[in-house]
Amino acid sequence: MQHHALAARRAIADCGIAKSAIDGYVSTSGGGPGAGDDAVSMAEYLGVNHRYIDGTMVGGSSFEFHVQHAAAAIREGLCDTVLVTYGSDQLTRMGRVLGTGGFQRDAQPVAGAMQMATPYGLPLVGAYALAAHRHMHEFGTTSKQLAEIAVGIREFAGLNPDARYGDPITVEDVLNSRMIADPLHKLDCCVITDGGGALVMTTEEIARDLRHVPVYVLGAAGTQTHWNIHQMPDFTEMGATVCGPEAMGQAGVTPADIDTAQLYDSFTITVLLMLEGLGFCGKGEGGSYVQEGHLRRGGSMPTNTDGGGLSSNHPGMRGIFLLIEAVRQLRGHGGEAQVPDAEVALACGSGGWLSAIGTVVLGKDRPS
Amino acid sequence: MRVVRDLEWQGPVPAGEGEYGEFFAAAAEGRLLIQQCPQCGHRQHYPRALCTACAAVPEWIEASGTGTVYTYTIVRQYGVPAFAELPYVLAMVDLPEGVRMFGGLTGVDPEAVEIGMPVSAYARTYDDDHAMVFWEPA
Ligand SMILES: [Zn+2]
Repeated sequence: MQHHALAARRAIADCGIAKSAIDGYVSTSGGGPGAGDDAVSMAEYLGVNHRYIDGTMVGGSSFEFHVQHAAAAIREGLCDTVLVTYGSDQLTRMGRVLGTGGFQRDAQPVAGAMQMATPYGLPLVGAYALAAHRHMHEFGTTSKQLAEIAVGIREFAGLNPDARYGDPITVEDVLNSRMIADPLHKLDCCVITDGGGALVMTTEEIARDLRHVPVYVLGAAGTQTHWNIHQMPDFTEMGATVCGPEAMGQAGVTPADIDTAQLYDSFTITVLLMLEGLGFCGKGEGGSYVQEGHLRRGGSMPTNTDGGGLSSNHPGMRGIFLLIEAVRQLRGHGGEAQVPDAEVALACGSGGWLSAIGTVVLGKDRPS
Repeated sequence: MRVVRDLEWQGPVPAGEGEYGEFFAAAAEGRLLIQQCPQCGHRQHYPRALCTACAAVPEWIEASGTGTVYTYTIVRQYGVPAFAELPYVLAMVDLPEGVRMFGGLTGVDPEAVEIGMPVSAYARTYDDDHAMVFWEPA
């Protein structure tokens, strides 16, 4: 709860809106068992008297879905100003167990479709490893290519003083790090941290009087292909193939118009599948695309300029940080990691096990 | 399908509510069940109370118990005490009947597992009347 509150305080101060003007509240239905930060509890804690509330919880990409919902609510006049918050103390509360310690801490029977997988001992990393192996099999993608993603994002983390890890790494470092679940190494996996974030969304008219030149939501779309990994229809393709073109279509842009991408990097393979799904490269070409250096600083698609989940922070659902970094870039507040003349930014989140994908396109200029 | 009686199972177990329970009970009797829709012919796994294609009530059919590895991973680190014996292999298996099933792949050197390798199903009981489905090289 404190992380939500701290983020809300900073976001409200940053944009300069009166707290009393907030009449919409959006958060997930909770950061995990016992976290106590579901949307209604948080609306009370933060003291938001809302006319519009949304507690959509689709995992890490929830916030991309939230932007889609809040933009529609504001357009429809259900409310004027929406506060979106996220907070998590998972590192403090649970330690670094999420990826390899299991959701299942004891031998309680597993209900629902997870009972087809959890009893076999499927760690979170293992689920993504299944996708990585299949991609390697079908397209010849290599561990070296996946490692390139982690190396490029670490380079950006080195420019972010708040990043969890900032020391440069090499492809060899990734390949030499411990194998967790073949073919994913430790450095193919995101970090585990606490953290929080908040967004304020409002009408153009209200935004005009606030502290910053506003960033516009040009497009927002979401889709779900499955929830449990064992139901993924094609392990080499995620729903970005659907919601990516839809969001870019709304914005009237193509991948060539995107100046910087903030992509959910729970694992290196997540980014690779996303690049292909969004159409930044062809299907099966993600490996060679990343090796050409497009994601790097100075590349054609600077990606995860804050250091991402692989190196900066990952409190469990990091979709909100994709949006925050996209806004920072469009405002020109990217510091040393600033992408020159960034006008259009894309954020793509992945929730569950490559399951619920949300894409948001943000722009510096008013949509025509 | 071969049934291994293993009442020493220490891991988490399926809750087995609804159709899930019928699947695990049949497995304990050596039958590998999948669902087929009498209305549209769609086949599905995991078992559900409706056909995901047309919403009719699915029927059970028995699968042959053979398959090929669609993808797999070798788990080398996992903090749950029941899975202390590392590494082990988990796989998605394509069944000739047209569905895909997740499970443990045993009886093989993890390094020797390959996508496309033929496997066959066996059942391992976790209580008197229910079993989980595992796979081994065919
Ligand atoms: Zn049907």
